[in-house]
Parts: sequence; C-alpha cells; structure tokens
Amino acid sequence: MHEEEIRQKIKQREELIAHQVLLEEQEMAKVQQELQKEHQKVLYWESRATGEEKENFTDLRREIERQQQRVAQPQQLVYQRIALKLAPKQTVVKNTIMAFLVGGAICTIGQVIKDFFLQGGLADQEAGAATSAILVFLGAFLTGIGYYDELGKVAGAGSLVPITGFANSIVSSAMEFKREGFLYGVGARLFTVAGPVLVYGTMVSILVGLIYYFLK
Amino acid sequence: MAQKKIGKQTLQFSSVPAIASAASVVGPMEGQGPLGRHYDLVFEDALAGEKSWENAEQKMMQYSMEIALEKQSLLTSDLDFYLAGDLLNQIICANFTARFLNIPFLGLYGACSTMAEGLCVAGILLEGGFAERIGVSASSHHDTAERQFRFPTELGVQRPMTAQWTVTGSASCVVERINSSGVRLTHATIGKIIDMGISNAHDLGAAMAPAAMNTIKTHLEDLGRKVDDYDLIITGDLGLLGNNLLKELMKKEGYSTDKVSDCGILVYAPEQDTHSGGSGCGCSAVVLAAHLLKRLQAGTYQRVFFVGTGALLSQLSSFQGETIPCIAHGVVLESTGGGQ
Repeated sequence: MHEEEIRQKIKQREELIAHQVLLEEQEMAKVQQELQKEHQKVLYWESRATGEEKENFTDLRREIERQQQRVAQPQQLVYQRIALKLAPKQTVVKNTIMAFLVGGAICTIGQVIKDFFLQGGLADQEAGAATSAILVFLGAFLTGIGYYDELGKVAGAGSLVPITGFANSIVSSAMEFKREGFLYGVGARLFTVAGPVLVYGTMVSILVGLIYYFLK
Repeated sequence: MAQKKIGKQTLQFSSVPAIASAASVVGPMEGQGPLGRHYDLVFEDALAGEKSWENAEQKMMQYSMEIALEKQSLLTSDLDFYLAGDLLNQIICANFTARFLNIPFLGLYGACSTMAEGLCVAGILLEGGFAERIGVSASSHHDTAERQFRFPTELGVQRPMTAQWTVTGSASCVVERINSSGVRLTHATIGKIIDMGISNAHDLGAAMAPAAMNTIKTHLEDLGRKVDDYDLIITGDLGLLGNNLLKELMKKEGYSTDKVSDCGILVYAPEQDTHSGGSGCGCSAVVLAAHLLKRLQAGTYQRVFFVGTGALLSQLSSFQGETIPCIAHGVVLESTGGGQ
C-alpha cells in the first residue's frame, strides 16, 4: 500500500461520511478494517520518518483518525434511537406536582418560623437570618438521621432548591468522606456537591451587584 | 496434580511460545533518557495533540500495539486475544484501545506489574492451545497517574527523595504459539501479595521490594536454579531505593546480587532529577520492548528473568490508612540466537 493509494481512499470515504450513509454490517466491518490497516501503515511510516516527512504522516494519520470516529456514527444513531424509544418515561407531571407541594411546604414552614420570630419582636432582617439558621439546622439534622434523602427521592427539586437542600449537600459530603480522614476526606471533599453553587453563586451576585451599582 | 506447574508457583510452557515483536511509544522526557533512540515513537509533548492526558495515554497504548503488529506485517484481526491494563481507574486506556482493536479482550490490573502479568496470561492461553497469537499492552502516563493518585500536576510540592517518576509511555508485544525466531517465553512465576506494612504512597519501591524478593526466591527454588543461571534478573520499578533493599534482602538469604537490576533505574538518567527512578506500568513495559528484548534477540543476553512489580493501592485505600499490598510476577525470557 502506498501513500497516494491511502489518500485516494480517504477521499472516497469522505463522501460516504459527508452523506451519513448507513452501511450494512458487513460493509461497515470492511470499511473499519480498511481504516485500521491504513492507520497502522501510516503510523509505522511516521515512526520511521523525521522532520517534515514525519509531520506529513502525522497529518495523514489524524485524518484517518477523524474518519474512524465518524464512519460509525449513522449506525450508532440508529441504535440510540431504538434505546431511547424503549427507555421508561420520566413521570414529569407527578414529579412536578410533588416538587411543588414539598417545596411549598418547606417554604411555608419557613414562613411560620419567620412570623414567630417577628411576633417575638425581631426586626425583619434579623428574623430572616434566624429563620435561615433554623432551616439549615433542620436540613442538616434530617440528613444526619437519614430522612432527607428519602424526602429527596419523592420531592426532587422541591427539597433541593430551598436552603435545607444546601445544608443536605454539605452534611452528606461530610458524612461520606469522614472515613478518608479529616484532612483529605472531609476537608477536601466537603464542598464536592455545594462547590459549584458557591463559586458561581458568588460570582453572579458580584456581577449583579456591579450592574445594580452602575445603573442606579 | 497440576501437570504444568513446577513447585509452588512456577508454570512451565513446554510448547515455548515466543514474543514475535514489540514496540514502544513514549513521552518527551523518556525520549531524552538513556534509551531514547531505541523507542519506536517519541511524542513531542505530553498531550500528543490530544485534548486530554488520558486521551494521549490511550493513543500511546494503541499506537504501540499497531506498530508492533506492523513490524510483522500483521493486522489486529490476526490476534486471537488482547490483554492489556494501565493505572487509571477502571483501566480506561486499555478499554478504549480494545474498542479500537475490535478483538476479544481481557482487561488486566496488576498496577506496574501489568506487562509481566499479561505475558504470564498470554503464555497460559497459548500453552493451553486456546490461541495462536496474542497482543499484550501496558501503559502509564506521568500526568494522568499524578492527578489520580497524588496531587494536581501543577501543584508546587517538594517530592520526597524516595518518590519515583511515573513513566509516560506504553509498550506492546505480540506473543505467538509457533515462532522460531522471537524471544522465547519458557516459564512464568505468578506472585503472591506481600504486604510488609508500608503505607507511604511516596515510597513504593520499599513497599514492593519484599514482593519481588518473594517471587525471585520462589522461582529459583521451584526450578532448582541459581542466580547465575540468568544473565540478568530485572525488576519492574523498584527504583534506586527499592533495588538496594532487594539486594539487601537477597544477600541476607545468601544470593549473589551482581546480576540484579531494575527497569526504573535504566529508564532515566541520574541528571533527569527523578529522585528514585521511574515507575508505572509503562516503565517495565518500555524497557522490555526497547532494551531487553533487543538484547535477547541479539544474543547479548541468553536468559533473563523479568519480574514486574506492582503496588496495588488506591487513593482511597491510602487515605483510609491502609498499608500497600504488593505483587510481583516473573517471566523467563530466552534468546533463540547465539549460544542455543
């Protein structure tokens, strides 16, 4: 096999790939084997060559690799469609209703606690902070005794979005990684789940703050 | 009674399978090492034009297998089995390489002993008549191993003097049942786990030396051989410290040690500042392909005992304070040229 021959075959296959032609199984195997054979040859030449010639072979090898990735795509897509059709459907309506109910219930509890503090004579902002503290404690406590994950199973986003869900994400990590020690276990992994929320939450609030400052 | 097993742990391959060809692909640092010009392909950087180090490692493994096949004008479809392993979680490099090769595949995990383990299993399959030709690969990559087992690669830490440098490289062998010109595979000694209670993940050489000692001693006793029956007894990646420890242990038992060496010492030059030498699946694999097999082929060595050493720890087990279970598998390689 020569370099020219390989280049020509690549060109022929390019049409096949560009038109997403769905090959029969046997034809497919043949094309794949052809690609393997060419790849191996070019790689071998590449390992023997130096300088500009080597770069030339490297480029040719990359082209073959690109074709290797793309040639089976139509076949894979057909299979993926079958798999998707047979997959059990998510119960979207039920999940949404449950999330609405549980999320609402958590917020109602929060409102009750806040009203209680307001009645006791706290200012609005102070009452809000105290309520958050209580809810975070409740979330952490329920995680510790193993109830919050049961709730999450039915409630989905309903128990994830409120502040109790945030407490759950940190306490569950702490419990999980305690066995790896306090340094590389708890210390390193505490924010595995909550980390993205903290990083991007902080960043976005700074951005919004800046916009607010300049627009005001 | 097992007919082909001699003594406690040694298997005899009377049909004498042989390594028909081998190839190695390495990263830039290994390319600058003492064996630099013997490797088949040296990548210019650790990424090798891929978008992640993991991809680069997978490509190294695949390329080494392809070059080894091309040297004998073989195709992947000529192989009956593919045996491979690496250091990454779920041996992903081996899995993706096997996806490309598209032949029956058994994944191996023997940490840095993977090449020796693969040759043992290949010998068994060929001796049993289950295959004609088998491909064996092992790979490691400094950056993928470092981020999985230790710290982010750019973290400014001082590595202890006992630490070894994971080799960026992969090698593959084609082992055949009937072959008269290759390097013959005559015996294999399957190792036991030896754990002497060392838990420092930066001192793997010291952890693995007793395992290497155990396999070498058992092998010599099983076959009734002496150290002098070999031109070389070479361990996988004990490094400088581990090699000294092994020699100490051997002297205590009354063995001579002047023919004992280590792939981790050969793979880098002292001025490359790797501290205790090389390590990783790729270490013993590339030294085997680029150095040992060539010497055996040329007849410079007549008989070599190649002992792959593996530290079978995980990041989880070391954080949980467990000690390091270690293993060593050995294969006897004989030259067909020269004195035979």
